[in-house]
Amino acid sequence: MTLTPERQRDLLRQMWLIRAFEEKAENLYAQGKIHGTMHLSIGMEASAVGAVAALQPDDYILSTHRGHGHCIAKGADLDRMMAEFMGKETGYCRGRGGSMHIADVAGGNLGANGVVAGGIPIAVGVGLSQKMQGTGRVCLCFFGDGAANSGPFHEALNMAAIWTLPVVFVCENNQYAMSYPASKAFAIPRISDRAAGYGMPGETVDGNDLNAVYAAVSRAVERARAGEGPSLVENVTYRWRGHSKSDANRYRSREEIEAWKEKDPIARFERWLAQAISLSEPDARAVEQAAYAAIEAAVAFADASPEPDLAAIEEGVYA
Amino acid sequence: MRELSYLEAIREALQQEMRRDPRVFVIGEDVGVYGGAFGVTRGLVEEFGEQRIIDTPISELGIAGAITGAALTGMRPVGEIMFMDFTTLAIEQLVNQAAKIRFMFGGTATVPFVLRCPAGSGTGAAAQHSQSLENWFVHVPGLKVVMPSTPYDAKGLLLAAIRDDNPVIFVEQKLLYKTRGPVPEEDYTVPLGKADIKRAGRDLTIVATGVMVARALEAAEQLAREGIEVEVVDPRTLKPLDAELIIQSVSKTGRVLIVHEAARTGGYGGELAAIIAESEAFDYLDAPIVRLAGRDMPIPYNRTLEYHTVPQVENIVEAARQLAQGRV
Repeated sequence: MTLTPERQRDLLRQMWLIRAFEEKAENLYAQGKIHGTMHLSIGMEASAVGAVAALQPDDYILSTHRGHGHCIAKGADLDRMMAEFMGKETGYCRGRGGSMHIADVAGGNLGANGVVAGGIPIAVGVGLSQKMQGTGRVCLCFFGDGAANSGPFHEALNMAAIWTLPVVFVCENNQYAMSYPASKAFAIPRISDRAAGYGMPGETVDGNDLNAVYAAVSRAVERARAGEGPSLVENVTYRWRGHSKSDANRYRSREEIEAWKEKDPIARFERWLAQAISLSEPDARAVEQAAYAAIEAAVAFADASPEPDLAAIEEGVYA
Repeated sequence: MRELSYLEAIREALQQEMRRDPRVFVIGEDVGVYGGAFGVTRGLVEEFGEQRIIDTPISELGIAGAITGAALTGMRPVGEIMFMDFTTLAIEQLVNQAAKIRFMFGGTATVPFVLRCPAGSGTGAAAQHSQSLENWFVHVPGLKVVMPSTPYDAKGLLLAAIRDDNPVIFVEQKLLYKTRGPVPEEDYTVPLGKADIKRAGRDLTIVATGVMVARALEAAEQLAREGIEVEVVDPRTLKPLDAELIIQSVSKTGRVLIVHEAARTGGYGGELAAIIAESEAFDYLDAPIVRLAGRDMPIPYNRTLEYHTVPQVENIVEAARQLAQGRV
């Protein structure tokens, strides 16, 4: 389960790509180039990258409304992703889905989801299908702390457990369900404590520590692939930006946000890489700059891409 | 031809398709050894085992999610919701997820499942176990809605629905389960989106769905003795609808009575009436389009009250007679 230095460098690259994508997304929105809303995952990069790093390329993920990071970690083509965000025909969903529904089915990303907890019951079906077909594939299902208090979470975790399905449930606890703090929404200290109620292992990790996320999710993936059933991993993290564009941050203090920025998962991983594989500061900056450049190239691709053809407006409603 | 009950026809379709296609499986509450609340899946677990006839906890949303996720990744599941009333508990997955996945993903995915929904009143099960909610699903783009009225159609439509690449809501009216009719033993399909003329006639068209088809046919028998020749058209698939056949029939007869069990307001009859009124059949109408539907009220428990909540044969006879005699 030890990652090679090349792989570790690549995970850093992925985290910077996410950061750069999200900052660009915000910037494009401010320029009026984005129709709709978006949910940024700045500050949560280690959760997405560390978790997906534990998967094989042909494993599946189900993502959330805050899904740009998951999509990039799963290996999405940045051009097609940016084109989707900008509603273009060249996007992953031909501009029909947008930020909340980006999916790369061929790449194993079964979609972001506009409904909180919407993907969790689907993960049961994907896991059931893998088990029935004997594919050996695992389904990793992301959701947030808010989703863990909704009905689908309960039904799905129970079903996955009783059928010992190859599913890994990853709860990204970023502290707030829109404005409602996890500290008020749960009467238990850790969301992973709920795993016991479904008869599966639960683990809470520092979601800003890529290595901790990777290690915990790897254990869960191994267990799933061995036919021992699902697990629940809780990544404790924080979103630096608001819930969506309409968020005025009235429910939390500037000090709190600043304190979490001190726990920047990317800076933390860079510090670790400096020790572990002697990553130099210039090397790290080169990774960062390359990521921002790749995002600029993706914007150029998306900008130059055609709008969907109105004549095809109803395509895809039915097979 | 050999006769089967509607229930046996559905079971035979499941059985034949599961033998033919290893991707097909059945999932729902008590579908295994119990055989389903109405006995539709009885015996299947003995043949196909618990791996393909899957009992679930009481988790309707979970069932809907399971068939969605499995369909998305290569299987062709057939879910059962014990009573259509309980689709209320599953509707998020059906409406927000399954129906829209293909479109939202730019056509890169398919969700080929069937969700079987025992529906309707007449069993004394009262307000929470007797509803006909088909029109909710008709209203959702991305879903298909099928409502067979005979054993022959039930088998052929179910085979077609399982082989269809879209999510299909399959409405089985519980009162039909014991009705019998000819059903070929071999594999055959009734294509989705094809209506059927159940009885030909020149004076009046009755468009009826589900259990109302049999009642309309009985009414037509009685009216024939009075010299009124009724044509009974069964859409069979509510979505996509074979509007053409209905428009042709109404253009021929010049009068149309629409009959369904579901509550009148917002029911399928409104859509049918609009389609007819917007079509060339409008020019041939000799009388207003008439709807006969369930009252706008929950289904009562009491036998007499329940009976009078939804259209019965005598109501159809009376409405059709008035329409045919120009008294509407």
